[in-house]
Amino acid sequence: MSIWADKNTRVVVQGITGREGTFHAVQCRDYGTKVIGGVTPGKGGTTHEGFPVFNTVREAREKESADCSLIFVPPPFAADAIMEAADAGIELIICITEGIPVNDMVKAHDFLKKSNARRVANGETPSRLIGPNCPGIITPDQAKIGIMPGHIHKAGPIGIVSRSGTLTYEAVGQLTKRGIGQSTAVGIGGDPLPGTNFVDCLAAFEADPATEAIIMIGEIGGTAEEEGAAFVKANVKKPVVAFIAGQTAPPGRRMGHAGAIISGGKGTAAEKMEALEAAGIHVVKAPSDMGKRIEEVWKK
Amino acid sequence: MKVHEYQAKEILRRYGVPTPRGIVADNAEDARKAAEQLGGRVVVKAQIHAGGRGKGGGVKLAKTPDEAAEITQKMIGWTLVTHQTGPEGRVVNKVLIEEALNIDKELYLGITLDRKLGCPVVMASKQGGMEIEEVAERDPSAIFREPIDAVLGPQPFQARAIAYALGLEGEAYKKCVDFMQKLVRCYIETDAALAEINPLLITKEGDVLALDCKLSFDDNAMFRHKDFLELRDLNEEDPLEVEASKFGLNYIKLDGNVGCMVNGAGLAMGTMDIIKLAGGEPANFLDVGGGASAEQVKNAFRIILSDKNVKAILINIFGGIMRGDRIAEGVVSAAKEVGLPVPVVVRLEGTNVELGKKILAESGLPLITADGMWDAATKVVAAAQGK
Repeated sequence: MSIWADKNTRVVVQGITGREGTFHAVQCRDYGTKVIGGVTPGKGGTTHEGFPVFNTVREAREKESADCSLIFVPPPFAADAIMEAADAGIELIICITEGIPVNDMVKAHDFLKKSNARRVANGETPSRLIGPNCPGIITPDQAKIGIMPGHIHKAGPIGIVSRSGTLTYEAVGQLTKRGIGQSTAVGIGGDPLPGTNFVDCLAAFEADPATEAIIMIGEIGGTAEEEGAAFVKANVKKPVVAFIAGQTAPPGRRMGHAGAIISGGKGTAAEKMEALEAAGIHVVKAPSDMGKRIEEVWKK
Repeated sequence: MKVHEYQAKEILRRYGVPTPRGIVADNAEDARKAAEQLGGRVVVKAQIHAGGRGKGGGVKLAKTPDEAAEITQKMIGWTLVTHQTGPEGRVVNKVLIEEALNIDKELYLGITLDRKLGCPVVMASKQGGMEIEEVAERDPSAIFREPIDAVLGPQPFQARAIAYALGLEGEAYKKCVDFMQKLVRCYIETDAALAEINPLLITKEGDVLALDCKLSFDDNAMFRHKDFLELRDLNEEDPLEVEASKFGLNYIKLDGNVGCMVNGAGLAMGTMDIIKLAGGEPANFLDVGGGASAEQVKNAFRIILSDKNVKAILINIFGGIMRGDRIAEGVVSAAKEVGLPVPVVVRLEGTNVELGKKILAESGLPLITADGMWDAATKVVAAAQGK
């Protein structure tokens, strides 16, 4: 078991003929993911690196039963790509693109909300957006849908959710070195308006029988960690270990990620760590302690 | 991207948002002429990006054009220190000469993104001139919040609700309703990240104007606002950060002495944190990006070494898809070209990491290899302390 992605997930890559899209479509296929093809408007009917190319996501869904889309479309067009995937009925939309304007994402979220309401009313599964500005999702040995290095992962009982790509790899690396595998690792991305949040992932991991403990990696900015903490306190029985990046970040500065900013004294690491601790979450101060701590609390 | 008050007000006027009449000047003579044109009695306002200018002495009333010239003479070239500039302050290069108005009320109006609701939100308060964070801290109920549907835009009933919340009546009420709708349109259409009118001025004559205005834009949307790029004032930014941005490096200068070069924003923050935990102080935040190519590593070395406080450097690369030996080769060739006046600790992770470490060890360069982040942090802190 796992959350959201497994060996049956059928992935279409939007922007497959671009440099990034090409490279990662091949990497995902090599890992064993069912990449059924790609979409590049105007290049439908051709093949690219052995992948059939379609003009629209709808076509990829109809012909190849794609149920997941992996987006590498450049920032000015990425929100449109998300909406196209949702409109085609894609259930899992993973947007890797970094640098999408906030206003575009506000509109894409609005579109998703309406399209999902229609789908739910029709008895269909709604779309879940992961990202943007994220590394994607991986269920080790089943499906790698994103840009993470597959070889550092190992199948096992720990669920990981993170706002940062490389810190997710760091956590995975520490676990695998200790011989501990992962159920699913989700990068929810560093943007201010992510499609999937800590709460969504925590709920899914709590319900997933294959997940026995959870690592959540947050960072400065916003209140998503605090909301996650409240959710854990009320609903999560599995042990949770957390790290918050940016304990030394200066206020008012954007630390690389569009969403990583302490504004008006709010969104500090200290506040978040306090909220997480108050919810019974095991907070580590050093990112190097994530693996060690999970081993301690999980084996109890 | 932030802009100056005078630039922000020009943008507001394009959307019909009323502002006091004003003219920008960079010398005493122009300031005198501007004051004459504006009727003699003016306010001279130092143009720096940071807030808190009034308290710092950067906003002064001039009763005559001569006085305006005199104040301008003193302000241009002066280093203005406010609670937002830090102790080093900012040099004033321009002043805004603005007509002095008859103040009846000073209110607050701000628009920013509400991350929880996923849409812009208008914040209004009767306590103008105060920092909104202070008001929020002391009395959150004093702030009225109205979320805006970004697809539909501001609706008249929302503008009315805000004007009522601000306690306005008569002419001022009507003008505020109009002001608010235009301001929200400006916020959305310019891809602003923050539009803050503080204070929102109600004059004794019942006019509603933006007495001060802070405007900043979503950097990710600048591709559709090319005309805004020329509004960027490089004097307001750290020269090293400007230099780094030319190479696509995400660099933020800090006060410590341990330089860091990391791939990924989260890991870069985590690296700063662990340096602090190990007893050191990070000199910077620097994300070299996912690829960490030899060229990028070289540029990053140059930027970090331009900061004379740096006593040691920690390179923390989680190679991921990129091979460890390739990264090691990049680090070695960059280090040879740039030269290394300070000790460098390298922590590599990813495929072929053992081969990578071998390349580093055999390079003949003073590179210290480390296993894991804690080992790397303790080694670099010791090196920075000369141990």
